[in-house]
Amino acid sequence: MSTTPSTTFQSPETGTARVKRGMAEQLKGGVIMDVVNAEQAKIAEDAGAVAVMALERVPADIRKDGGVARMSDPNMIEEIIGAVSIPVMAKSRIGHFVEAQVLQSLGVDYIDESEVLTPADEVNHSDKWAFTTPFVCGATNLGEALRRIAEGAAMIRSKGEAGTGNVVEAVRHLRQIKNEIAKLRGFDNNELFAAAKELRAPYELVKEVAELGKLPVVLFSAGGVATPADAALMRQLGAEGVFVGSGIFKSGDPAKRAAAIVKATTFFDDPKVIADASRNLGEAMVGINCDTLPESERYANRGW
Amino acid sequence: MSTPVIGVLALQGDVREHLIALASADAVARPVRRPEELAEVDGLVIPGGESTTISKLAVLFGLMEPLRERIAAGMPVYGTCAGLIMLADKILDPRSGQETFGGIDMIVRRNAFGRQNESFEAGVAVTGIEDGPVEGVFIRAPWVESVGATVEVLAEHGGHIVAVRQGNALATSFHPELTGDHRIHGLFVDMVRAAS
Repeated sequence: MSTTPSTTFQSPETGTARVKRGMAEQLKGGVIMDVVNAEQAKIAEDAGAVAVMALERVPADIRKDGGVARMSDPNMIEEIIGAVSIPVMAKSRIGHFVEAQVLQSLGVDYIDESEVLTPADEVNHSDKWAFTTPFVCGATNLGEALRRIAEGAAMIRSKGEAGTGNVVEAVRHLRQIKNEIAKLRGFDNNELFAAAKELRAPYELVKEVAELGKLPVVLFSAGGVATPADAALMRQLGAEGVFVGSGIFKSGDPAKRAAAIVKATTFFDDPKVIADASRNLGEAMVGINCDTLPESERYANRGW
Repeated sequence: MSTPVIGVLALQGDVREHLIALASADAVARPVRRPEELAEVDGLVIPGGESTTISKLAVLFGLMEPLRERIAAGMPVYGTCAGLIMLADKILDPRSGQETFGGIDMIVRRNAFGRQNESFEAGVAVTGIEDGPVEGVFIRAPWVESVGATVEVLAEHGGHIVAVRQGNALATSFHPELTGDHRIHGLFVDMVRAAS
């Protein structure tokens, strides 16, 4: 909250891995919604969103408009921070650590180093350990997820294909990550070294995942969720929560659809609740068939 | 009763961590999302999460009234962070329409320690917990602004109340479920045993 009193404490430790990862733990089971202004942020909060993602254009519009997509205007982010009491996230370009510094200085609660924006660096991602603000990063497979965690990401989301309203890529990425984790579980110590090499990820992290049977951070799904059933599908496939982008504010009745997606995400394993939530939602966002997307317009290929 | 059955309100938040902590503290732990599941437990943990979301979903799925009734009837409850907010009789600065289950005569301030950048870890000495302070993980944490006469203050940090107990209701601003130290969950399991 912007009206929070500031207080000094004796030796509290801020920005620890536990504090950064712990916040994502509190978002579990919830829906994080893309918003472009304070009014949309309030609609999202009223619908039961656990956090909002403040950005200038939702992915569907970024696709339509083309050009370079960048970090949002600080004024817009501050307006959104002032409008809601749930956490506010915002996006920086991949490798654009200065945009991330700016977002941290604005007091956003999480930074999404996002492939939806135009990458600023084609080789390096930002050093996320250097920040107090936690980061969420996208991944299409386990190696990518672990490289982001090694760089300091405190939360992972599958990438999907943002702005398409087509869930097929989100399903592919989540299945890929889960399958690779399941495979690691069957490996002995000898095999884990080779697996780490193949995954291009630190051995210690690979070993930790093999022991835990899950990532050491929270895993959400993103990209292409447009209906309550889409959200429930991603949760049944193992996502601990969902990001919804263009799917809400590019549909006919955003408030109603937002509330319906929240319901279906909570009761993801109850088809009756999902059926009820799916009734009379008006028009869904117009989808794009991912097969027809040219390589240059596939956001999920960004990041490595 | 040897092994109490303790539910974790599973509408949203870090449910899994509380289930693990309760199991380590010798309880049978299970998620609760429906009124009929609530009826089967001896005690309930309300996890961290987003208090506005938990409030909304509790109303939507018919849990608000049954939960209020059971808490009023003396069912032991333990709330962490957002759970502490849900157990407060009064929120200082509620979102419009935000409701709580109530149960503890206190006024809380949401996100009082600041935003995520100000979230922190610190040792906290808690009355009734032996063998040294617990590791307190404070995430966008609330604090207790003031308490009624029958509320016992169990811990303070930086001059602010961060743990309280009133009868069968226990609440902390911080998250012991994230640390692997299950002493507070142990205290709560003992409360549930004593209440049955």
